[in-house]
Amino acid sequence: MRNPILVIGGGISGITTAIEIAEVGHEVVLVEKLPYLGGKVIKFHEYFPKLCPPYCGLEINFKRIRENPRIKYFTSSTIEKISGDKGDYQAVIRHEAQMVNNNCTACGACVDVCPVERENEYNYGLDKTKAIYLPHELAFPFKFTIDENACKKQACSKCVEVCDYNAIHLNAIPATTDLKVSSLVFATGWEPYDANKLEILGFGKHPDIITNVMFERFTAPNGPTGGKLLRPSNGETPQNVIFVQCAGSRDENHLPYCSAVCCSASLKHALKVREKNPEAKARIFYIDLRVTGRNEDFLNKVKEDEGIELIKGKAGKIEIENNEIYVIAEDIASGRRLKTKADLVVLATGIVPSAVESIENGTEGFLDQLQNGYIASGCAKRPMDVSASLKDATAAALKAIQL
Amino acid sequence: MTEKMIGIYICTGCDIGNCIDVQKLCDGVSEEYNPDVVQTRPSLCHAAGPDLIKNDIKEKDLNGVVIGACSHRFHNKTFSFDKEILTERVNLREQVAWSQEARNEDTQMLAEDLMRMGLAKIKSILNPKPYIPEDPSKNILVLGGGISGITAAIEGAKAGYEIILIEKEDMLGGWSNNLFKQIPLEPPFQEPQERIISEKILELQGNKNIHSFLSTNIEKISGEPGNFKVLLSKSGEQTSLKAGAIVLATGWKPYDANKLTHLSYNSSQDIITNIEFEKMANDGNIRIPSSGKDPKSVVFIQCAGSRDKGHLPYCSNYCCGTSLKQAKYLLNIFPETNVYIIYKDIRTPGHYEEFYKHLQNEERLFLTKGDVREINVNGGLEVDFQSDLFREEIRIDADLVVLAMGMTPSNSEDLNLAYRKGKGLPELKYSFPDSHFICFPYESRRTGIHAAGTARAPMDIPSSMEDAGGAMLKAIQCVEATGRGESVHPRSGDQSWPELYMQRCTDCKRCTEECPFGSYDETESGTPLPNPARCRRCGICLGACPERIINFSNFSINSVSEMIRAVHVPDEFEEKPRILAFVCENDAYPAFDMAGLKRLKYSSFVRIIPVRCIGSINKVWISDALSQGFDGIIQIGCKPGDDYQCHYIHGSELTEKRGENIQETLDKMMLESERIKTVFLEINEYDKIPDIINDYVEEIELVGMNPFKGM
Repeated sequence: MRNPILVIGGGISGITTAIEIAEVGHEVVLVEKLPYLGGKVIKFHEYFPKLCPPYCGLEINFKRIRENPRIKYFTSSTIEKISGDKGDYQAVIRHEAQMVNNNCTACGACVDVCPVERENEYNYGLDKTKAIYLPHELAFPFKFTIDENACKKQACSKCVEVCDYNAIHLNAIPATTDLKVSSLVFATGWEPYDANKLEILGFGKHPDIITNVMFERFTAPNGPTGGKLLRPSNGETPQNVIFVQCAGSRDENHLPYCSAVCCSASLKHALKVREKNPEAKARIFYIDLRVTGRNEDFLNKVKEDEGIELIKGKAGKIEIENNEIYVIAEDIASGRRLKTKADLVVLATGIVPSAVESIENGTEGFLDQLQNGYIASGCAKRPMDVSASLKDATAAALKAIQL
Repeated sequence: MTEKMIGIYICTGCDIGNCIDVQKLCDGVSEEYNPDVVQTRPSLCHAAGPDLIKNDIKEKDLNGVVIGACSHRFHNKTFSFDKEILTERVNLREQVAWSQEARNEDTQMLAEDLMRMGLAKIKSILNPKPYIPEDPSKNILVLGGGISGITAAIEGAKAGYEIILIEKEDMLGGWSNNLFKQIPLEPPFQEPQERIISEKILELQGNKNIHSFLSTNIEKISGEPGNFKVLLSKSGEQTSLKAGAIVLATGWKPYDANKLTHLSYNSSQDIITNIEFEKMANDGNIRIPSSGKDPKSVVFIQCAGSRDKGHLPYCSNYCCGTSLKQAKYLLNIFPETNVYIIYKDIRTPGHYEEFYKHLQNEERLFLTKGDVREINVNGGLEVDFQSDLFREEIRIDADLVVLAMGMTPSNSEDLNLAYRKGKGLPELKYSFPDSHFICFPYESRRTGIHAAGTARAPMDIPSSMEDAGGAMLKAIQCVEATGRGESVHPRSGDQSWPELYMQRCTDCKRCTEECPFGSYDETESGTPLPNPARCRRCGICLGACPERIINFSNFSINSVSEMIRAVHVPDEFEEKPRILAFVCENDAYPAFDMAGLKRLKYSSFVRIIPVRCIGSINKVWISDALSQGFDGIIQIGCKPGDDYQCHYIHGSELTEKRGENIQETLDKMMLESERIKTVFLEINEYDKIPDIINDYVEEIELVGMNPFKGM
């Protein structure tokens, strides 16, 4: 019997790699740093181009994990150390203090008594939850978790008192697991480019300048506004929304590469603006519209919408005058410099590979030149959309089971 | 068959005990079903609970347990016992305690009915005995010897599998053989790099687990995963062999340049395709075809056929990178040649952007967005286009024009499947094979046959190589699952399969027609020939069969009918209507669970039966329910249509169609058409559930009670 295969990262790529391996018949261990599986995609309201909910495919995948005896998963866990060579690695997995254990039934009694609030990571900090919380409705594993930094622990203990299931242990301490593994897959995913670095695009200067991942949460029924698209500044419905493409990407001062997903994402978001408010106008300033393969149909669908304007030209600057937002852009078609007022601006920020400390990274932080038999899966390797990530994740599963 | 010894276990935690009278529930159902053990526990999921059940199984010889607790979507491993033990979960938490009024007569009736339904079901099902084809093969057949097929073969062989590679030409390599160089994949992304195909062919030839057949075609493929019977032909000579699964890597063809009349391909030999240009480069002989001279002014026209509703409506993905690469050849070879690229958008995702960026610094390369109007051929070539940059009609004099041809998939009918439902893979759009292409790109409608590379979607070489690995993994997974007698995705691991009671079959062909996966073949007289290893266990054939002869051991006409009959329907004077809800277990059922989690309240008159797909609902259950006195039936499934979400492709669409037949049944019974309703619900639309259920109850109340009640 070979040792199990270790998959690092429980986003859609890691989940897929792990399940595909297990369904061949091999043992897999999946490690995720957050308290739940699903990574970035579980925060999406809809996928392009079908405009369908990611929960749909994830539920099938969670079912595949639930019912497969060959998959073990650890959430709130990270890799502390990796050693060894191809085919024979040793890994030390660090588990954060498990203050809520598997006795939790998700009954919710604890939430009512918890006196502390924390910024909700699931909604990119756009709203708050209690310090003890269920990450979201389809959370897998389906149990509550405690934000260690927010919780007052023994000084409070109110949750412990109401829990009927002996599920909460505020004095829990971190633990480690040593594991011998036969293959190592890095499905460590991505982070949105830090919009704070885009000062010229006004991020942080006006609450109505947001990023694409934040926009996604504003359209989700389980988002901070219950699915209502509202201007963060005053809670009103936006009438003029501008999308700024390549906010950071294709820019030597920021990310030299193209993030591959932001054009399609903004098309999806523009349709959402129109769906939420048929009176509203959406404008997309772009350099090239990179909507590949069959997604061309999706681009054509957007072009048919009279309320959406696609303007070739890079939005180079955003100015704020009297608390109003103006997007300054070059319009290639007219040759003019446009100064357009917007009541909501969405910056299409790109994909940055998540930092992986234990190994040497490749081009611009992507794991594209791994040594020592290590395998990369999905956006850890290069920017790609969900469909391409899953293709890559499945190919990574094959690499992982090779002799 | 041994008699069933059943234990009932009720959890009173998570508000179940506060919501209903558990003792009354136990007494009520015990009287009717005589279980051998009845136990209640405050938190059944904690160690003592499963231990208690395990102990009873051992001590009291139980072979079935009915657990009234949370949804079956939680604690699967907690409540899984020996494989021989039938386990049925009754959802008293999400569907009762979390969504109904506590301590209410109607809530109590709901809980009792749900327990009865669970008991009725467990008494009418058996654990599946897996179907495994005789002596299943684990060898993988790869069709196509281009870069995708070669990569699939090498990667599969490295995982320890025997590979049979079939190529119709007399050499391996496919289109890649004509390549001069490839787009750079490594920093600094500036110079085209050596093509990879030659080293891949050597690697393939050095692997003794790969058996290549050149100049060979597929005459016929019959059988099923684990046992595909493949008939090959090589110059008239036939060979047969057996394979477990298949990777279809038959590649692509360029779009026919003759169809692009405005680009005058036919009118001048100096207007060539990018394939022809690449071949000239590879031959070390780039020249103007008509004169044999060095080109001085070369125009590349992007999207030749692609992104064009009159030709190929999609983007072919590879052409932008290819033209940039080919432009670079020219700039490198000819120090004075000007190169123009006329594009709609330059699409260079990821690090290709860095190659593009590098080329933007080339002084002799002119990139412009525009639409080519026509090419005038009179001595030289005049390319007229509307430039977006200069906002006017522009003419470029060229001595060579290169058309960046779109990509069309090869014909999957080359598989020559001897299937009732056709020779190839069913198509979704534009001749590319069907799947849930976002979440499950390798899901195939012909189980065990996975398309890879450009046969699946337009893509370039690195993508094709990744894709080949993915498709090969799925093929390997299929042979392994088939060997274990298990279904592949989406019901991975399921060992149940449809069994047909052939004596009563009327050869109506509904099962063969409606199976989304082409599982059934047919005799000449139309009798179905099942191929269980092709089956994905959705139950659509069970739903289709008018003679009710198709059943799974653990999901059958009888098991659902028994659940329906287990419900106690109050007489019409009690004014308590009963609604039967058939709920898709993939999306709608989890949505009901989430509604419970959110403590959304809905009518306690509804009784939920989860089904594998709403396409698996048999008409007889509708008449059973109406005869039983149910007042309305609601079927809740996934969205059909172009962007379908149904996990079994057209299960929900079929249900809509069958609904028309059901209306006839209602008419015959002199019942109102409102008594049956179909709703499509997305998994995250849990907030709509109270309205869907309550509005339907109201609608039925207006229609009035079912006159068959109590008859």
